[in-house]
Amino acid sequence: MDLNFSDKDLAFQHEVRTFIERELPDDIREKVANGYRLGREDYVRWQKILGPKGWLAPHWPKEYGGSELPAVQRYILGEELGRGHTPRLIAFGLRMVGPVIYTFGTAAQKEKYLPRILNSEDFWCQGYSEPGSGSDLASLQTRAVLKGDHYVINGTKTWTTMAQHADHMFCLTRTDPDVKFQEGISFMLIDMDQPGIEVRPIRTIDGSAEINTVYLTDVKVPVEDRIGEENKGWTYAKFLLGHERSGIARVGASKAQLRKLRDIAAKERAGDGYLIDDPDFSREIAQLEIDLSALEYTELRSLTGTAEGEAPGPEASLLKIRGTEIQQRLSELLMQTIGYYAMPYIPESLEYGWNEEPVGPEYAAPLAATYFNMRKTSIYGGTNEIQRNIIAKMVLGL
Amino acid sequence: MDFTLNEEQQLLKDSVDRFVRENYELSQRRELVARPEGFSRDQWATMAELGWLGAALPEAYGGIGGGAVETMIIMEGFGSRLVVEPYFSSVVLGGNLLLKGGSEEQRNAILPALVAGETMLTFGYAERQSRYDLHDVETKATKNGGGYRIDGHKGVVLHGGTADKIIVSARTAGKSRDRDGITLFLVDRQADGVEIREYQTIDGLRAAEVELTGVSAGADAIVGDLDQGLPLIEDVVRRAIAALSAEAVGVMDTMKTLTNEYLQTREQFGRPIGKFQALQHRMVDIMMAAEESRSIMYVATLKLDHDPAESERAATAAKVKIGQCGRFVGQNSIQLHGGMGMTDEMQIGHYFKRLTMIDTMFGNHAHHLKRYAAM
Repeated sequence: MDLNFSDKDLAFQHEVRTFIERELPDDIREKVANGYRLGREDYVRWQKILGPKGWLAPHWPKEYGGSELPAVQRYILGEELGRGHTPRLIAFGLRMVGPVIYTFGTAAQKEKYLPRILNSEDFWCQGYSEPGSGSDLASLQTRAVLKGDHYVINGTKTWTTMAQHADHMFCLTRTDPDVKFQEGISFMLIDMDQPGIEVRPIRTIDGSAEINTVYLTDVKVPVEDRIGEENKGWTYAKFLLGHERSGIARVGASKAQLRKLRDIAAKERAGDGYLIDDPDFSREIAQLEIDLSALEYTELRSLTGTAEGEAPGPEASLLKIRGTEIQQRLSELLMQTIGYYAMPYIPESLEYGWNEEPVGPEYAAPLAATYFNMRKTSIYGGTNEIQRNIIAKMVLGL
Repeated sequence: MDFTLNEEQQLLKDSVDRFVRENYELSQRRELVARPEGFSRDQWATMAELGWLGAALPEAYGGIGGGAVETMIIMEGFGSRLVVEPYFSSVVLGGNLLLKGGSEEQRNAILPALVAGETMLTFGYAERQSRYDLHDVETKATKNGGGYRIDGHKGVVLHGGTADKIIVSARTAGKSRDRDGITLFLVDRQADGVEIREYQTIDGLRAAEVELTGVSAGADAIVGDLDQGLPLIEDVVRRAIAALSAEAVGVMDTMKTLTNEYLQTREQFGRPIGKFQALQHRMVDIMMAAEESRSIMYVATLKLDHDPAESERAATAAKVKIGQCGRFVGQNSIQLHGGMGMTDEMQIGHYFKRLTMIDTMFGNHAHHLKRYAAM
């Protein structure tokens, strides 16, 4: 057993860190570090910088343009990306549908879609949840009916993050309504640029609108854009969910938030000194650091035990649960650092380039909104209750 | 021992509950929040007509002669539907400061107008550096002829953009964190040297940064005793904490009801999600938190007119318990609503935001736990 990274891994870490310091555009760094809202262009610009290094798809096989980095280096990469205040990589193509396509897709699908994902030319979104099918995803009702050489799709998808930016949607549809829920589902690749698709934003409690409801009315999908076999979509969906959960611990990003928490606590007055010196508050920070350390090594154990290119097993649910709890607690303590200045809500001040004098400290504006926004993390990607069910059933055999 | 309301109090409660039920559907609240002032002057006039603005003030000033329980009834009702009118800042803070500390002239001049809904008040106590310490005051009031010249900044003044008069704490002696040397001044919002920057708060209310530059105030603008403003502030803040606790209890009760209804109506896996034991137990914990909050809120309310030290303990305990319970009820009500809980369209998130901000006001649960331990 050895807790240390090898020299080779350390050299890789150095390479990534200096690359980010040198190549990440200042405005993007500032937006991420200070919690300003990001636009599609910000994500694309950064991904195009990262792409040529092979760091967008470290988990993809080389034959599809990936770099097949060893698990520990993938981890280091993720951690450094979080540490360096880089925009979150858009997972829908890179982590979700990409692996589905190279694992189950046809040669034509691979050729058509994979390069455009790697080059950040296409944005994808995920058509899974429906108004009536959230935790019970397999009960989904969006209907796909085969008419000659294409399917006609009708239904409603919701919580669709970034649908407003997406060129394509990977979508679970019901092709056989007469069998058990899981057995009649097919996995479709939908071109978002066609009549019959309406994207309606959902305003969330933090005031943002990054999620949407997508209405599908007589949407056409050529048969060649179905993944794998008809009625076997659930298998591909489960494969994808496994990949989604890897990296969901967000250790690197949480470490960056922890540093931010310390920085702000060192600037905020409390009593005769500063908040960072307050024994109660410093205990809260200490607790988080310990929790984060336990999570980090749990993730490393899980990674080093996973064969290259494979999705982690159901124990990855643990990473999702603890990872999101830590992210939520961090956002809560960040909000608490500024006391009364959690209250002002000036939507324009959350946009980069707002020039007016801030109300209260310059770092205050997004903190309360971020706390409210982060409540989503224990709900999305399978609620933390569902994650516990997965562990109970799949790991513990209960 | 008796935890029931008397007949007049019950009538007041019925009237408040009916009013908020009829006027505070989420869509109606949304419309009020979007207005330039963030609330309705008509609604405010109605509240005056119904006698609520003077419910806890003596008859001598046009009030009804009630007290802490009347304030509690109104605040709980307002919490149950997220009322946005400035009752808390104007009547609970402003009214009590004048009632407990104002001269007879000040009370006669202002309280009847407050009760009639013609004058609005607020209280500027926070400063950028003060965090939750009421005695951390850097705003200065220096002698200037027979009066004072006030310079400084008051932060997050509730409804500071619409209050006609702002009572501000200022330092007339000593260093910035001394308990002595703080004096309260009644300042006209439109006086020369008062600059207001109003904004919306994340829970849909309004507040303002108030910049004071060479504002002149006569000796007759002092509320309470020169240099001895802190005990008065602390007395009124205890009342404010009791009132906010009542509001929080109203908020939590509604969240409990909404969440319980959601568990019974939302179906997944072929049955209402409320049939799953993991969620049932969480719902039970929400219910218990709401009940505990109500109990400790009653204690804080009913001890207000007792020994100040005892009242201070009760208010501090309420702040701790209700802050913690509010956090639990808020976070878990959202969680049990799933994705729907994250939407602005549903009521639940609006309650969550208000409950979260109530914890911040006058110091959060962590702040008060430390104070309690030191008592």
